[in-house]
Amino acid sequence: MSNREPDFGGAPSVTAAPERPEEQKAAETAVAHVGGALRQTSLWSDAWRQLRRNPFFVVGGLMFLTFTAMAVVPKLFTRIDPRACDISNSAQGPSADAWFGYDVYGCDYYANVIYGARKSMSIGLITIIGVLIIGLVVGALSGYYGGWTDSVLARITDVFYGLPLILGALVLLSVLTTRGVWQISLALIVFGWMTAMRLVRATVVSVKEADYVQAARALGSSTRRVLSRHILPNAVAPLLVYSTIAVGGIIAAEATLSFLGIGLQRPAFSWGLQIDASQNRLRDAAHLLLFPSLFLSLTVLSFILMGDALRDALDPKLR
Amino acid sequence: MGRYVARRLLLMIPVLIGASFLIFWMVYALPGDPIRALGGDRPLPPAVVAQLREDFNLNDPLLVQYAKYVGGLLQGDFGTAFNGRPVIDTITQRLPVTIRLALVAIGFEIVIGILAGILAGIRRGSYFDNLVLVSTTFVVSIPVFVLGFIAQYTLGLKLGIFPIAGVNEGLYSYILPGLVLASLSLAYVARLTRTSLAENVRNDYVRTARAKGLKPSVVIGKHTLRNSLIPVVTFIGADLGALLGGAIVTESVFNIPGLGRAVYDGVRNQEGVLVVGIVTMFVFFYIFFNLLVDLLYAVLDPRIRYE
Repeated sequence: MSNREPDFGGAPSVTAAPERPEEQKAAETAVAHVGGALRQTSLWSDAWRQLRRNPFFVVGGLMFLTFTAMAVVPKLFTRIDPRACDISNSAQGPSADAWFGYDVYGCDYYANVIYGARKSMSIGLITIIGVLIIGLVVGALSGYYGGWTDSVLARITDVFYGLPLILGALVLLSVLTTRGVWQISLALIVFGWMTAMRLVRATVVSVKEADYVQAARALGSSTRRVLSRHILPNAVAPLLVYSTIAVGGIIAAEATLSFLGIGLQRPAFSWGLQIDASQNRLRDAAHLLLFPSLFLSLTVLSFILMGDALRDALDPKLR
Repeated sequence: MGRYVARRLLLMIPVLIGASFLIFWMVYALPGDPIRALGGDRPLPPAVVAQLREDFNLNDPLLVQYAKYVGGLLQGDFGTAFNGRPVIDTITQRLPVTIRLALVAIGFEIVIGILAGILAGIRRGSYFDNLVLVSTTFVVSIPVFVLGFIAQYTLGLKLGIFPIAGVNEGLYSYILPGLVLASLSLAYVARLTRTSLAENVRNDYVRTARAKGLKPSVVIGKHTLRNSLIPVVTFIGADLGALLGGAIVTESVFNIPGLGRAVYDGVRNQEGVLVVGIVTMFVFFYIFFNLLVDLLYAVLDPRIRYE
């Protein structure tokens, strides 16, 4: 098939006569299918085409790239050492020297906030990977085998659904002696995998009796192969949409836990900790609250913008 | 219908047991010694520790401890916290505060959420529709505690309209925390109403109503809304269960002495009995309201029948 893209939606597709017969034939089929516009028709290329034109996705994506860069190489954004503090500057407001002012200990707040991106992003990444692994395994087992397996797994899922994420993570983290990136990710995975599981289960149930799956089975494919090659690829699109939005929620949850004093611990750089440390200074040093809150919210926003756009692009029903 | 309810009630039992055991296990089986923490910096005499461990059944195997706990729970005994205060006292004292907060939040969801959703849904693509879409996206992106600080700073400190902490001014002091607690769900309600309404407006019976020459307000208010609000009502019902257990953050930010605050303090002070008791109750609320919502479905939508 041709890879040419028409510049405008309704532009006539065949302008020059194709030289080789097969190309001509290909062109004709394409014309017959899409009525004038020559284009690839796979779900992903369609979605990508739509996404590139979606301003929300572009903005969200650019913010995402910025925060990722901030997490990986914070030195790109600031040369100031966030631990070089001068107590005489304590809680000074923003100025030309220090764009975000200084925190209570007189450390440069801009550098502190920049360095806060790393913990948030890594917890978001680790947690979503864990959630997807558990969700895929449990959801596939539950949906594919049905019957008793399904009932038991569904009850277990209900148990976890009954416990609010923050509450469950709070209790689990309170009994752990150290609380770092891994422990917090673990707590968020343990109480956050259920939606992914239900998504996978729903997909598996809806396609496991389909003709092509039965055909694969009749050809002697193992259960594992049927699941991984024929059934689970159907879950990729909904899972992608879900996980993009979920990462935003995870980052917000981590900040909430750190804010409640049960997440990351000082001296880690974390937006939740920074907000917690400055909540008593609302009256006289509101900038201490403003900047980490702003960065935190923008990070969450970037994931939600991308997720919303992805859903619009990947769900053909919405077109 | 009766059999369905019975089956659902039976299914509640393993979920309740599972959830309470999970919390119980986390509190008691994982490292951390609540008795030693009682003494603070000065360690307690060994005899006192032994007596306390005996009193709180801490020497039994975990399953026996749990069985004793559930046995008490079934007789309405929520147990006694390590500081000697019966858990049920804390609950009866704090529950009304949390219920009030949740009801105020639900009120905001119903009034603002549904209204915004309707106005956006009737005219899709209008200025107001886009405003609702953009503002709900922002609200969803801002973590609740940040939203709380924004509300405290602008409406409380700068404008001085609302008190920023505590519950000393009666129902009035619940307005700001209620709004903050509702914010996330409010955004969902608005979007849900909008989508649901926009789908229903295309239906034939709506066209018929219009063709009969009914006023637009009647077409929307009487004919379309009835169907469109079914998913919204069920969402709000389930949300009430979630809000009762989800107010930890809001109650911390606004310093409100509710159950969420109690469970948070319990976690920090390692008051296991208190935490397990309250969390079990949260889970009960959550499951119970979900069941209620499922039954409500059958009432609202005659097409659904439970056998």
